[in-house]
Amino acid sequence: MSATTEAAAPQKPQTPSRAQQVLREILESSTLVVIMAIVASMLIGAILIAFADEEVRAASAYFFSRPGDTLSAIWEAVSGAYTAMFQGAIYNSNVDSFAGQIKPFTQTLTQATPLIFAGLGLGIGFRAGMFNIGAQGQIIIGATLGGWVGFAWHLPVGLHLLVAIIGCALGGAIWGFIPGILKAKTGAHEVIVTIMLNYVALNLLSYLLSLEAFQREGQDNPISPTVDTNAQYPLLLGDQFPLHWGFVLALACAGGVWWLMERSTLGFEFRAVGANPRAARTAGMNVAKGTVLVMVVAGALAGLAGSAQVLGTEKNLTLDVAGSIGFDAITVALLGRSRPLGTVMAAILFGGLKASGPTLQVQAGLPVDIVFVIQATIVLFIAAPPLVRSIFRLPAPAHEKEVAA
Amino acid sequence: MTTTTVTPGAPSDALPEEVLRTKSWKGPIGLAVVAVISLLVFGIGTPSGTQTTFSVATSSDFVHLPTATVPSKLAAILLSVVALALAGYAAYLANRYRKPGIWLPIVYGMAVMGALLTWAGAGRDSTNIQITGLLTSALFLAVPLIFGALAGTLCERSGIINIAIEGQLLAGAFFAALVASMVGNAYVGLIAAPLAGALVGAILAIFATKYWVNQIVVGVVLNMLVVGLTSFFFSTVMSDNPELNQSLGLEALPIPVLSTIPVIGPVLFDQNLLVYTMYVVVIVFQIMLFKSRWGLRVRAVGEHPKAADTVGIKVNRTRVRNTILGGAIAGLGGAFFTVASGLAFGKEMTAGKGYIALAAMILGRWSPRGALAAALLFGFADALRVQLGIIGSDIPSQFLAMFPYLATIFAVAGLVGHSRPPAAEGTPYKK
Repeated sequence: MSATTEAAAPQKPQTPSRAQQVLREILESSTLVVIMAIVASMLIGAILIAFADEEVRAASAYFFSRPGDTLSAIWEAVSGAYTAMFQGAIYNSNVDSFAGQIKPFTQTLTQATPLIFAGLGLGIGFRAGMFNIGAQGQIIIGATLGGWVGFAWHLPVGLHLLVAIIGCALGGAIWGFIPGILKAKTGAHEVIVTIMLNYVALNLLSYLLSLEAFQREGQDNPISPTVDTNAQYPLLLGDQFPLHWGFVLALACAGGVWWLMERSTLGFEFRAVGANPRAARTAGMNVAKGTVLVMVVAGALAGLAGSAQVLGTEKNLTLDVAGSIGFDAITVALLGRSRPLGTVMAAILFGGLKASGPTLQVQAGLPVDIVFVIQATIVLFIAAPPLVRSIFRLPAPAHEKEVAA
Repeated sequence: MTTTTVTPGAPSDALPEEVLRTKSWKGPIGLAVVAVISLLVFGIGTPSGTQTTFSVATSSDFVHLPTATVPSKLAAILLSVVALALAGYAAYLANRYRKPGIWLPIVYGMAVMGALLTWAGAGRDSTNIQITGLLTSALFLAVPLIFGALAGTLCERSGIINIAIEGQLLAGAFFAALVASMVGNAYVGLIAAPLAGALVGAILAIFATKYWVNQIVVGVVLNMLVVGLTSFFFSTVMSDNPELNQSLGLEALPIPVLSTIPVIGPVLFDQNLLVYTMYVVVIVFQIMLFKSRWGLRVRAVGEHPKAADTVGIKVNRTRVRNTILGGAIAGLGGAFFTVASGLAFGKEMTAGKGYIALAAMILGRWSPRGALAAALLFGFADALRVQLGIIGSDIPSQFLAMFPYLATIFAVAGLVGHSRPPAAEGTPYKK
């Protein structure tokens, strides 16, 4: 085949061979950009790791007399760090039992659970043209309400968990409703309102935790009682793994969101409102209603992320219950291109980065913060495909003229 | 730039203003509601027969003012009534299609705050309300917010949304501490901080103008990146070498004569170099942005980039320059956290101040003067939280901490005045 194309090439350069076409499609695909963005971020992470390593710094003092020392020190530092990350997030070969070997991966999935929920919610918002930065606040309020149901009420098995989960979703939905209704009625920009509501939520939780009703007995720290066993997500794979049924619920929600956005009338309205509000209005859609509903659904999903924390992993309310999930979820949704499947994959990737934190700290002696850097640079690179293409000298696709966020 | 172009795409809302005059009642109603709450809670709610003592004197005053003791209930009621009267005046103006001057909200705010302080200090014979101390710490706590809000204003006036103020503050704080510790002189930190902020601003500018990435996305991600980077270097390089992160402080430089005026002196003229720089920066940019050719161009780029481009203004170049300049100013504000406060760098030490600065920018309606006023208000709320904590007030500190955020939500929802961002904000300019 190559012989014929080589012969034909000089006459007809505009019709490339099948192999070239496939190669070109691969090089132009956005999947490759995603992979390359991750590679580039890992490289930046490697530079930082090398820079922070004491032995590298010691060896670089005499770099020009013995450059090999520096290079091997860099190699040891970087490979040590990434091995630790792999062992902390996916597969630990240092342990004999099979359970111990795959435990890191179940931890990754556990960490990914709240990210899936919140990322799905944010993704719906992004596709509907709403830039919701407020997942953090929605998680906090959701976790507060659901957690309170979990430890203050005492209901039978099954029912209690159900009510507590609904409580979480409701809390998040309420916190999502506020920016939605303000945007619909007054035009208040949702970015500003949601950022502000994040801090209001945190202060509200801080106030509530100072009340007797939320205070654990015999504790001065702001920490709530543990939620009832009835209200906790059951463990999915038995006692030796932290993974709970919240993960399954998250996957179910991903399926539900896919159906909502791709197959239902409501989802079509959401997308229409996001793509062109004026056209949507002309077509007879109620844009204000759509705006509010998007935020309510997004808030409810973020609230469920709170449930994964308060009913699953943490089992009690503290000021740190939401961690940085709300902000991580923004990057998850962006990385997943706001699609359910992409969000799940991105959440597992970032869940893995998060789960590798403790191992990184213990085994490689590196602070967890390197994970934030890698996460942030991945998103920056993915947001700007031309940048990644120019770094790796990839050809730009002919059709892709505009850069999406 | 002031020509009124009526495009076919913008129909009815381009009518002349005389036709569409509406009476705006939201402001007066908001003021009245707060005044009534103040009257009920602080006025009626104060136990009768108690007294509140205000002290204003500091040791360095030229003239010593005596402490003032007032009957709590009467004073709180009077102040609330003044606030209510001002709300009534605002309503009267609104009925005649007019807007009150800047003095009205200021006097109103002082009246309500006075009522609050009187109520909080009622019957606490052992402690005085330290007015001077309260105002001094209010100004000091407002410094990073002012720089941050000013940075936001500069960027957004040129059409770039700067959510990365938080990251710029943090980068400024980090580099101020690092470079000052390396050199051993706190003042060098004031040079390093704006460079760090400018770098963050430059990344934002490149992604926004060259790659057309959503500016909010870049801002949020940059904040995350700076938190990650500074925390990483803090826990590795800085903790391995403590001499790279010392607590160096800028000393206060009292201005002769002016600093001995009671109340005003110690509050305004007994501060460190960063605070004096802040005065200059605010005044310079207020004038530059609204009175100079440069300012007119910047605002044109932010409002109608196509028109600006047509008359030969380089839109993207203006935006990049402004974003870098804004980043530098926010970075300078970041120096507040380390060298200006005499502290070493700490992990995530800006603690969301960048977002409050963003709020101050919106509340200040995208002008340096307004940003100053809003940031001072937020600084005051913060200082009040500290002061009330000291005298042991009944108000939970969390609610005072919420105040800036709630005020901003009310502002963007149009309940307190109308906030309108620059028209072309957030949209990349593509030729």
